[in-house]
Amino acid sequence: MGINVDLEKCIGCSLCVRACGQGAISIVNKKAIIDLEKCNLCAACVEACKKYQAITITKEASGQGKNIVDYKNVAVFIEQRNGEIAGVAYEMLGEGRKLADQLKEKLIAVLMGHGLRQKADELVKYGADKVVYFDSEKLAAFQDDSYAQLLSEFIEAEKPAIVLAGASAIGRSFIPKVAARVWGGLTADCTKLEIDTEKRLLLGTRPAFGGNLMATIICPHHRPQMATVRHKVMKAAVRDEGRTGEVVVHALDGTDIAIRTAVLDIVKDVESTVNITEADIIVAGGRGMQKPENMACIKELAEMLGGAVGASRAAVDAGWIPYSHQVGQTGKTVCPKLYFACGISGSVQHMAGMQSSDYIIAINKDPNADIFQVANLGIVGDALEIVPALTTAFKEALGK
Amino acid sequence: MNIVVCIKQVPGTTQVKINPDTGTLIRDGVEAVVNPFDEFAIEEALRIKERLGNAVIKVITMGPPQAEEALKSVIAMGADEGFLISDRAFAGSDTWATSYTLARGIKSLGAVDLIICGKQAIDGDTAQVGPGVAEMLGIPFVAWVRKVEDVTETSLRVERMMEDGYEVVEIPLPGLITVVKEINVPRMASLKGKMRAKKAVITKLTATSLSADPEKIGQQGSPTQVLRSFVPERKSGGEKISGEVPDLVNKIKSAVLDLNVIR
Repeated sequence: MGINVDLEKCIGCSLCVRACGQGAISIVNKKAIIDLEKCNLCAACVEACKKYQAITITKEASGQGKNIVDYKNVAVFIEQRNGEIAGVAYEMLGEGRKLADQLKEKLIAVLMGHGLRQKADELVKYGADKVVYFDSEKLAAFQDDSYAQLLSEFIEAEKPAIVLAGASAIGRSFIPKVAARVWGGLTADCTKLEIDTEKRLLLGTRPAFGGNLMATIICPHHRPQMATVRHKVMKAAVRDEGRTGEVVVHALDGTDIAIRTAVLDIVKDVESTVNITEADIIVAGGRGMQKPENMACIKELAEMLGGAVGASRAAVDAGWIPYSHQVGQTGKTVCPKLYFACGISGSVQHMAGMQSSDYIIAINKDPNADIFQVANLGIVGDALEIVPALTTAFKEALGK
Repeated sequence: MNIVVCIKQVPGTTQVKINPDTGTLIRDGVEAVVNPFDEFAIEEALRIKERLGNAVIKVITMGPPQAEEALKSVIAMGADEGFLISDRAFAGSDTWATSYTLARGIKSLGAVDLIICGKQAIDGDTAQVGPGVAEMLGIPFVAWVRKVEDVTETSLRVERMMEDGYEVVEIPLPGLITVVKEINVPRMASLKGKMRAKKAVITKLTATSLSADPEKIGQQGSPTQVLRSFVPERKSGGEKISGEVPDLVNKIKSAVLDLNVIR
């Protein structure tokens, strides 16, 4: 195992030194030397040296004792809350179908809950070749212990090559537990999933460093390969009445399900009527709105367009709007079809939360504001004038 | 109560820059900080200690030798003891191998009642190690805790943040929770704390001292590998215009109507 500098190829340009987050590389006699004590094999230097390709990382086959060839098919965990299938589950079915087709294998949906037989049947229409439905009163509400136990048991029994799940609050909570239990390779928050058909491997691409760096991850020697994907990143499966498939129901009496935690209460947040991560249109305000009262025009434009209100951290910290509206690295990540950034300068952390929006319109008085780097349409002007005028213009145009 | 907080030293992301010629990340001269979410974890541990009147807070981290600085900065906030898991054998660890290693480290600390982790690290952004460690230790776990409503020596009652609100969950101890930003405001280290931290002796743990299974650590134990990393294509900003408000409004209006996204 290790990392190696080909001294013949290395010209001592020190690009690798600057890319290394661990300070592990130094230039000695015009050649790069890597301190193995500090190196964590992250491959940033390999990428930095793509011109000369002087650095290579040799990957050792890790023996796991699992027979990779025993693992087949793509499984999708179908999230449900209060008996309703979550939007992200349809997106995972859509994506799972594509991957299964590329591998020429099957798509299996895994559903857990109580009294959901009809929902299970429906999943076939959305692309599943087989639906495995675990039914028990104990499974009606999500709990890490029960869901992790059953999904792990499913994996041990069915041996899927790939397992997909939504990167929701539920998914991000128990899927890592499952990966730890079954020694699978999990890549969370993927923005892209592909198949290397030659090696029959899943390639999961995901953001790191708040979106400033992308990494493509593989899991060559372990199974299952697991990935979670956030809501609204992939396209939902389309219902096809003509599809047929198998539904297997495991009716459990609950005695075999061990749960250590107890849910005492479920409290819905009544304040935000539109969850901004679900919205197709977001109008966001920042420090440039100058006063808390001015956030009202942001709200009016959002309402006119049928969208949600977002805010930068500055506006939230100033107390102008509750935290649930905050977009950014320590707030929510959104990718709506349309994002208005009004009076927002565009810090790296804010942009990390919205830069993958389909279309971005930025309105800011400062022509050098960073937000213009990611905007499809940049307006250099006063948001305090432009936003209310926009609301009026749309009111007319939409006949409201 | 014996509390363990897991922390990670990460680069301060604000200073990440892209080399315009090669398109790669420039990380030289970037300050290393304690992962912000871990500061919330330490603060919550300190508050639990204050609520119970008595507790020992041990902080543990897996990282290169310089991670000792991160341990000291949270000792300065008030943590009692620091443990550094560091060994070349751990290089190349993905989240699975990290969870295994941290779990072994925690096991070596003796009786532990509560483990607190930050929701995620701001460099990896995976949020996988907290749940992974809970699984490896075989203890109950609640993610995304935004408030600890009640704490006793044998259980916690917490609020778990969901997309549309929260759930009130009771978790028996020993157990592990991961915390989110909403839970508290971390305190600043006092001068006295900083002086204590300066003198603090950090216990070093290695693969051998932890009797770590070589098949489960470092690159060998990691199911996932980075095939490649790259800087995402930046949207190079589109049009940038200025002018009279009515013209700007018209321009925006037609651009939006063309998108056909309003329902």
